[in-house]
Amino acid sequence: MTPPAVVQASSPARWQDFVQLLKPRVMSLVVFTAATGLICAQAPIHPVMGAIAILCIAVGAGASASLNMWYDADIDARMRRTRGRPVPAGRVQPADALALGIVLSLFSVMLLGLALNWLAAGLLAFTIFFYAVVYTMWLKRWTAQNIVIGGLAGALPPVIGWAAAAGQAPLDAWILCAIIFMWTPPHFWALSLYTSEDYAAAGVPMLPVTAGAAVTRRQIWIYSLLLIPVCLAPAATGLGGAAYLAVAALGGAVFLLLAWRVRSGRAGDAADPRVTDGLYDVKAAARDARNLFAYSILYLTLLFATLLGEHLLGSAAPGLPGGLI
Amino acid sequence: MTEPDAETTPLASPENPAAARARRGRNLAIALGLVGFVVLVYLVTVFRMGGNVLDRPL
Repeated sequence: MTPPAVVQASSPARWQDFVQLLKPRVMSLVVFTAATGLICAQAPIHPVMGAIAILCIAVGAGASASLNMWYDADIDARMRRTRGRPVPAGRVQPADALALGIVLSLFSVMLLGLALNWLAAGLLAFTIFFYAVVYTMWLKRWTAQNIVIGGLAGALPPVIGWAAAAGQAPLDAWILCAIIFMWTPPHFWALSLYTSEDYAAAGVPMLPVTAGAAVTRRQIWIYSLLLIPVCLAPAATGLGGAAYLAVAALGGAVFLLLAWRVRSGRAGDAADPRVTDGLYDVKAAARDARNLFAYSILYLTLLFATLLGEHLLGSAAPGLPGGLI
Repeated sequence: MTEPDAETTPLASPENPAAARARRGRNLAIALGLVGFVVLVYLVTVFRMGGNVLDRPL
């Protein structure tokens, strides 16, 4: 484990800088997927305990993000998208980011174990370890399959939520995990098709950097074909109802259409495809990849929101949240 | 042995306003975090025990 280079502080750290270390936008996605798992478990859990479980999972995700920003400060400093982060910008010292990550990791795992159960706490500890050590310190700098394998860390929150509520992690919980796991490669590779110059400059072996844009476009198509059946699985097991089936099928058809456009287009071939440092303002050649990236977020949100809605609307039934304890 | 000069001691050195504001904000955030932690532990204790508090020999 190599500690990052010490960064000279350019201005005093504000509390907002420490919040930024936790990647609040990623945390909001984690809260959403973990809450879906927790609600779908249909276990008699008090709302306050459910909220504490979600808080622990969110803080755990924030802790792993802080550890990631501590270790990746050298990479972040070389990428347009990330060079304004608190550590590479010099607003927070690396040691402070490391300390925050460790303290919040211990806090979130211990509180989840004491308040809910140790299966959920163990899964949370594994998730933090997998993201901070396996993905950040090893996979990210070593293999083009980094986001495929590392995607497991982002896929586990619904399982943790389910385990927190029910004390177990059945097949349906792992189906939710599989949806996010299979969704991650087309989502991130679509993004990397038009940000590959950043990754190349930072020495991160993303697929477009190591294998080229054409291979990446083909891999996006293959993973998209594998993703849709997984998204339909909840309808087969009874986890999702008719509304879910409709959203998964229709939304999946749009996903495949956009993935095919990427597959048959030239996204990633042109140099410097971005107009600004933002993620959505791109030149014409990269629009297919940008569209798939943006739509993939909407599709995943719709899938989980529909599941959430179906289970909350059925909350009049005994045993569901609403008639708790 | 000479006594430390108050003007050159780091603790006594004048702090620029931006740094003071940032430190005050961090201190407030830590205070709120600690209060939140206390409330969390209280809630967990109450809800974990629940009615079991009364289910004991008197």
